[in-house]
Formats: sequence, C-alpha cells, structure tokens
Amino acid sequence: MTGHTLGWVVVAAALVAGCGDKPQQNGDNDVVLIGQVSPLTGPQAHLGKDNENGVRLALDEINAAGLTLGGKKVMLELKSEDDAADPKTATTVAQKLVDEGVVGVIGHLNSGSTIPASKIYSDNAIPQISPSATAVAYTASGFQTAYRVMTNDAQQGTVLGNFAVTKLGAKKIAIIDDRTAYGQGLADEVEKAAKAAGGEVVAREYTSDRSTDFMAILTSIKGKAPDLVFFGGMDPQAAPMIKQMKQLGMQAKFLGGDGAQTPKLIELAGADAEGALASNPGLPLDAMPGGSAFKAKFEAKYGKIQNYSPYAYDAMHVLIDAMKRADSSDPAKYLAELPKTDYQGVTGRIRFDAKGDITGGAVTLYQVKDGKWQTLETVQSGN
Amino acid sequence: MSSVLKSRWFTFGLLALGLALLPFLVDAGLGRSWVRLLDLALLYVMLALGLNIVVGYAGLLDLGYVAFYALGAYVYAWLASPHFGLHLPFWAILPLGAALAGLFGVLLGAPTLRLRGDYLAIVTLGFGEIIRIFMNNLNAPVNLTNGPQGINLIDPVRLGSFSLSQPHELFGYTFTGVHLTYYLFLLLTLAVIFISMRLEDSRIGRAWVAIREDETAAAATGINTRNLKLLAFAMGATFGGLAGGLFASFQGFISPESFNLMESIMILCMIVLGGMGHIPGVIFGALLLTLLPEALRYTGDWQRNLFGQIYVDPADLRMLLFGMALVAVMLYRPAGMFPSTRRRREFADAKG
Amino acid sequence: MDIFLQQLINGLVLGSVYALVALGYTMVYGILELINFAHGEITMMGAMVSLAVIGALALAAPGLPGVLVLGAGLAVAIPVCMALGLLIERVAYRPLRHAPRLAPLITAIGVSIILQNIAMLIWGKQYIPFPAILPQGRHEILGASISDTQIAILVLAVLIMMTLILVVQKTRLGRAMRATAQSRQVASLMGVDVNRVIASTFVIGSALAAVAGVMVSAYYGLAHYYMGFLLGLKAFSAAVLGGIGNLGGAMLGGLLLGLIESFGAGYIGDLTGGFLGSHYQDVFAFFVLIAVLVFRPSGLLGARVVERA
Repeated sequence: MTGHTLGWVVVAAALVAGCGDKPQQNGDNDVVLIGQVSPLTGPQAHLGKDNENGVRLALDEINAAGLTLGGKKVMLELKSEDDAADPKTATTVAQKLVDEGVVGVIGHLNSGSTIPASKIYSDNAIPQISPSATAVAYTASGFQTAYRVMTNDAQQGTVLGNFAVTKLGAKKIAIIDDRTAYGQGLADEVEKAAKAAGGEVVAREYTSDRSTDFMAILTSIKGKAPDLVFFGGMDPQAAPMIKQMKQLGMQAKFLGGDGAQTPKLIELAGADAEGALASNPGLPLDAMPGGSAFKAKFEAKYGKIQNYSPYAYDAMHVLIDAMKRADSSDPAKYLAELPKTDYQGVTGRIRFDAKGDITGGAVTLYQVKDGKWQTLETVQSGN
Repeated sequence: MSSVLKSRWFTFGLLALGLALLPFLVDAGLGRSWVRLLDLALLYVMLALGLNIVVGYAGLLDLGYVAFYALGAYVYAWLASPHFGLHLPFWAILPLGAALAGLFGVLLGAPTLRLRGDYLAIVTLGFGEIIRIFMNNLNAPVNLTNGPQGINLIDPVRLGSFSLSQPHELFGYTFTGVHLTYYLFLLLTLAVIFISMRLEDSRIGRAWVAIREDETAAAATGINTRNLKLLAFAMGATFGGLAGGLFASFQGFISPESFNLMESIMILCMIVLGGMGHIPGVIFGALLLTLLPEALRYTGDWQRNLFGQIYVDPADLRMLLFGMALVAVMLYRPAGMFPSTRRRREFADAKG
Repeated sequence: MDIFLQQLINGLVLGSVYALVALGYTMVYGILELINFAHGEITMMGAMVSLAVIGALALAAPGLPGVLVLGAGLAVAIPVCMALGLLIERVAYRPLRHAPRLAPLITAIGVSIILQNIAMLIWGKQYIPFPAILPQGRHEILGASISDTQIAILVLAVLIMMTLILVVQKTRLGRAMRATAQSRQVASLMGVDVNRVIASTFVIGSALAAVAGVMVSAYYGLAHYYMGFLLGLKAFSAAVLGGIGNLGGAMLGGLLLGLIESFGAGYIGDLTGGFLGSHYQDVFAFFVLIAVLVFRPSGLLGARVVERA
C-alpha cells in the first residue's frame, strides 16, 4: 500500500509543479479577470468558440478604449474555459474561475451547464451573464447573480407558436424536438402557444442532437399532412431535416428557433433552405445602431458569425457597463448596479426583470430568400 | 508479527494524517477548484471500485455501468428536491438509492447470464442507453424526471441544521462546503475500499476469480455461477447507486446528459489503466483520469513558459494529449499501471 | 402503403451505410477478437478528406461534372484511410496482441479520441457542407420517393459487399484471412504471413469505412469531426446483432438495424397509442438487439462457439 501512496504523492507533486501559475499584477495597470465558459471541444465546439470570440471582441474594444475604475487604469484579461457542454465539467471550471479571481463570468452556453454552474457563482457572489442559456429554470433558482441577455424559452416559444398560427396561417402543425434542454423546452412552449392560438398539433416527433437521419419521422409526419413543421434544435440537425423534407416531397413550411437561424443553416442546406423560417431573440443586427459595424469587425477578425456571438458581445458590455456605473470591478459593489442596467446593445435594448431575465425582449422572425436570411418582422414578447 | 503490525499502524497513522490534511494542502497550493476536483475524484474512486467488482473480479465486461450511477442520482433527486416537494434526510436516501440500484443490477444482470465477452458488453451498453433515454423522456405523460431539463435545487447533504454546502467554523478553522464534502466522500470511499478488500479475500472473491478465469471449470467445481454473477452485478451497482446519490447532492443539479455512454467508458478506462482487479491500481486509475484532463487545461501556461507564446489553443490540445496518454500507458504497461500479481503473472505467461 | 414503402426505402439506405461500416468492425473482430473502436473515426476521416478534395476541386475547376469530382474525392480518401488503418494497427494494436484483452480496447478508445482531435485541429470545429455537385433527381415509386443519391448508395453498397465476399471466398488473401481467423498459430505454421494478413484486414476495412464516410456526408450534406462516434457505435451494434466475426452477419445486422430504426421511429407512436414516441427509437433498437442476443447469444449468424478455455 505504502509504495503506491508514494506514487500518488509524486503525481500530486507533479501536478502542483505544473499548475502553480497564478494571475500576476502587471505593471501600473490593475488587471481585472473576466471569465468566459462555453464548450470548446465536442459537437458544439463551433458555437462555443463563437461565444468566446464575441466576448473577446468586446473585451479588446474596451481595453483599447481604456477603462478607468475608481481612478485607476484597468486592463481586462479573459480567462476562457471549456465546459464541453457537460454539467460536471461546468461546475469544475466555474470553481476554477472563482479561484483564479474572476470578477464576472460571461457564460455558459448551454442551459444544462449554466444551471449547475450558477450555484457556484452565486455561492461566491460572482455575477454571471449567460449569452445563450434559455431554459426557464436558470433564473428561476432565485440566485441574485444569474442574468441572461436572451429571451427565455417561454418568451420565444410563445411568439413562435402565435406567429405560426396567426401570421403563417398554419392549422395543422407538426413539432419535432431534439430532446435537449433547449430543444425540448422551446418545442413545449411552441406547442402550448400554437394550441392556445387555435392551431392543431397533429404530430409530435423526437430526434437527438447527434442525428442526421430524419427520414423515418418525416415520413410519419408526411402521412399526417401538416401545414408547418416546427423544429426545436440546432442548425446541424435543421439543415439535413430541411433537405430531407424536400426529398420526401413535403410541402409543409419549416419553422425553427434561434438554433436554426444561422448562416450555417443556409450553407449546409444549400438551395433547399429557400423559404425556411426561423426566429432569433432581439432585433436584426443590421437594424441596430452599431450592428453592421459589429458584424464587419467580427467577421474581419474571426470569420462568419455562428450564432450567439452578438449576445456574448452584448453580455460583456453589459457587465462592464455595470462596473462603470459602480466605478468598481468589485463584484460586491457592481452587482447592485446590474439590475438597473439599461443598455443599448447590438441585439437590442437590454434591461433585466427581478429574476435576471431580459424584460420586454423582442423576437425577430426571418425567412431565407435568395440564399440569405431576410427579416420578416419583429414581435415584442409578452412580458 | 507484532513488529510488522506496529509498523503497519504507523504507516496507517501517517496515511490518515495525510488524507485528513490533503484538502488544506491542495487548497493552499492549487486553489479551491482542486479541492472540488478531489471530491469528484473520490466519487470516481467509488465508481471505479464498484465497476471493478463486475469487470475486474468477475470478468464481466459491463459498458452500461453508468445506469446505476444515474439511478442513485435520480432517487436522491426525487426524494430531496422541490421536484416532488420531498426533502428526506440523506442518511435515509443514500442507502435507498444504493439498494434500488443493486436491485436493478440483478434485474438487468439476469437476462445477460448466458452472454459472454463482447456480447455482454453490447447488451450492458444497451441497458445503459435505455435507462438514460427513459430518464431523458419521462417528463411526459407523467413528469417523473423533468426530461432533458433535469432536476435542479437538490438538497445538499445536511444533518439537522448542519449543511455541507455552507462554510462552518470548527476549532478556529473555516471548513468550506468542498472541504466537508471531502471528508464525507473520503469516509465512504474508505468503506468501499474496505468492502472491496474483504471481498477480494473471501470465498466469494475467489469464486469470482474462478468464474473469470474459466466459467465452465468453475461451474464444474460446484460454484453457483448464476448467483455469483448476479451478486457481482448487484454489488457493483450498489456502489454505483451510492456514488450517484452523492453526485446529486454535491452538484445540486442533475440531468440525463451527465450519464451518457462516454461516462461508462471513462470508468472502464480507469480500472483498465490502473490495473484491473487490483484495488490500489483502480484507485490510481480513477485519480489519474479525473485529474489529468483538468491538469491538461494548463497547457496554455506551459506553452507560454516554454516558448513565450501560445501556439495551440489549450482547449484543442487537452483531449488530444489525453488520448495519447491512454495509448501510451497501455503500450508501456498493458496490464495497467499497478497490476495485481496474478495478472502480472498471466501476462508473463501469455508473452512467453 | 406508401408510408410503409417509404419507411422500407429509408431503412434500407440507412442500413446499407451501417452494413458497410459494420463490415470493418466484424473483419477485424473475426481475426483479432478486438473491438476496433477507432473504426468510426476512420469513417469520419474518409468523409473529411474527401470533402477537402471536393472543396478544392470545386474551387479550382468549377465546370467538372459532379460524379467526377466525387470520384476524385474517393480516390484520395480511400488510400488515406488505408494508410491510417495500417498505421493504427502497427502502432496501437500490434504491440498489444498478447496483452490482456481489455488493453487494446483502451488504446482503441485513445486512438479514437486522438483522431477526433486531429480532425478538429485540421478542419476546424464547424460543420462542413457537402457542395451541391451531385444530381438531385427524385423518383416516385408507388407513392414513395427515392433520390438518385439513395439509389447510388444502395447500388454501391451491394457491389462492394459482393466484391468483398468474392475476395474472402475466392482469393489467396481471402483464404489466408479465413485461416488466420480460425487459428493464428496454425495459419502461421502453414506459411501464412499472419502480420501481413492482419494488416490487409485493417486496410480493407478502412477502405470500406472511407467509402461509407463519403456516402454519409454526400447523403446528409455535411461532415463534422464528431460524426464517427455515433455511426461507429450503431455499426458495431449491427455487427454484434448479425453475429460479430461473420461477414454475412454484418450485412444482415446493418440492414436490420436500419430497418428497425426506421420502422421503430415511424410506427412506435401509433402502435403504443402515443404513449411511447419516436424518442424511444433507440430503446426499441436496443431492445431488439438484447432480445436477439438473449435467445441467440452469438448473434443471428454467429457461429455457436463452444467456450474456449
């Protein structure tokens, strides 16, 4: 037994030696650490990197413009971590960021990892703004530190369900979700709203976030002749789904949520994407003051926007905005300023309700025409 | 004998002291996130020891072990969260979850008794996935598991008003939640180690080894292979269920994505890498595979220290290095880092 | 009826892809009794390499006919995957041929992680679209629809499988493979170069994986560094269902699994009165798999092996 104990000690010592780096104060500037967490490996790595880039762009801009808090020059430094979209890893990196002394966190990307991590940020009184977690449960925990800059599933789903029935005139609706927290949450809300608006849900089918073959469920849906197919899920599934609908000769319209409203969808589905509909919270980028400028800056630096980087960018600015008003990067001080946020971002006007959800958030509907997402209309969500 | 005993007591004393002080040393040297990781690592030690009974002792390749972990976690969440409005104490739920997992171990083990080797592997993998899919979908027609949304706000381990999620002042020191959790997990891990050691040297343990080496011959010598295989499944599952309950209380949130196939594979890697059927090896494997991927997060700092700048994003490099480590260890120590003497002999035989 | 026919077509196309990948698992298993977990990743590599070539060609020579471009993609992907298969066998499996049984399983998992991450470093984290170079024709048969791509997949799969059976049954290499599968030692005593045979098995299996990878990405219109894991898992299940180690079994298992998934997802909701829906598709597939194995412990076509000591 003892021989092996020695082995552990050696390994532990090696770990200590390797990881002892701590953030250092750099010159005359105060270094303030900001955390960013998203999946940087695994199937959603492309979205995770997009979020990181959004935060980084905002952070670089703020640094370039110069930030002074409490009379001292402040340099922001980004600590970006990979949670692999895994709840357990999410809590580990959350604790790691807290240890490293971040004063605020932009993240996480998925609801499934945002929720368990929010407990750790709350326990340590570190403000957290998620750019893209939409599950209602995230802000329902009652933590003072939990905020998000995107409308939640209930807000967006209500708009989508209403829109499908009243504006698109769909009487018979088929609903598919990918059995993730996001897809299922959104699809359930769409179903509720569509029924309330007088639509009939003729089929409810399911897939997974790893699937690419939907022929079986689409064939079954085709037999029920719906006017519209709603899919709660992301673009890697939505694109082949649209193609396969065309292949089966289905006439039904395709409607998706923010996971499908991406340039990648058009790239992946090609000509079949024509006519597809999807929503995204907030206002269209080009309609926003500074929106097209953001897009140009982002694409010059990191290539195409994947999906949530504008929200990540706004979330970062909202955080710094609160610090500026508090004139401090001390979480204890600027946390009190976050509820008073009224910030004009590239995704819309950002204000928070008592839970940390965005108030009166708008949802915009888009349709693919001539190989581009065209804005159809912007709807104010219920609350 | 007595002098051997004395020196043994001395080593045990030293070990106990080391283990008791470990979270403080780690906290001071590396930061609190490493104490949290230590908690997780202990959890994986329990899981790996549980799977070791099935795979290492009885030689039944089980790729669906995570199902029992999930069961334990969900039982805890059902009985101690706002989901059903129940808030039973942990000392009632943990044994219940472990027992239920054990029962499922027998239920799922029974149909597989005729299967061998890789066929058993794929059937257990199937059971693991089936349980996960049910957890993911049983939010309708009756909301049992809350589906993919998971169950939130699960109660931490609490005794009276003493909660493991809050810091406490004891003897002038502040014990935070992760420190206290460490001691609870350590205690249970030691119990699991103790049971594993006793099993290994018992009639049951030797019968398992006989089944692993040659099932037909074992049956011929009068060993009831059916009951003993079921017992191995049940014991392994019980430990899995226990770890699951602890995981639920520790995280405060569970959702089906924590219980996927990759998790089962990782636990299997732990025991094979460490040394199958050999308790210190299994413990080492569990610690290594929990801590290594986290240590590899620092590759960015290493690159900066070595080359002055970062060439490859640490997030991209981390899993690549992890994969390479898996291959390298197996190539240089095919029987694991610390194989049992029996396996070492077998390996030498096979080579010769 | 048209729905039934459509589900049959869906299942057959999906199943022939599974079958092609399953063959790679089963060939290696037949000879080495090793689950080559990295096989799914070789399929992914096939898709990625061919897409890189196709993308480059589409840029360099936009006028080329689609089938030619696809052929060029295949012509590069197949040798690359063959080399990869050879390399993996040499580095990760051969040194462990006499090691405890689970050791090569762990290296296989390690290799699979390595390949995924290398692909991620080379081609990035994005989903890569398959350019629209192939004819998109659609045919109606008795109310069901079938596309040119689907027909091509079915025909190609049948051709490849027939060729493979011919190779294994009629050629010297095939005979050597069968002999090695029965007993490595006796085969080597009879003058069979066992190492060469095993390497050839990996090479052939990897070539099949490359073709399957290209098919999958052309059919679904995308490729991603993570696509091999699930495909590999399904194909492995198919190989076990058919009886692992048996070529005919892999084909049968693949087709069956495709059909089970298709009919499962299509009819499970109606059959259970809406209690279970298409979210239990995989449960249904695994249930069939488990039921088959419980009653026929070595798969549908697997030899009933007497326990070896």
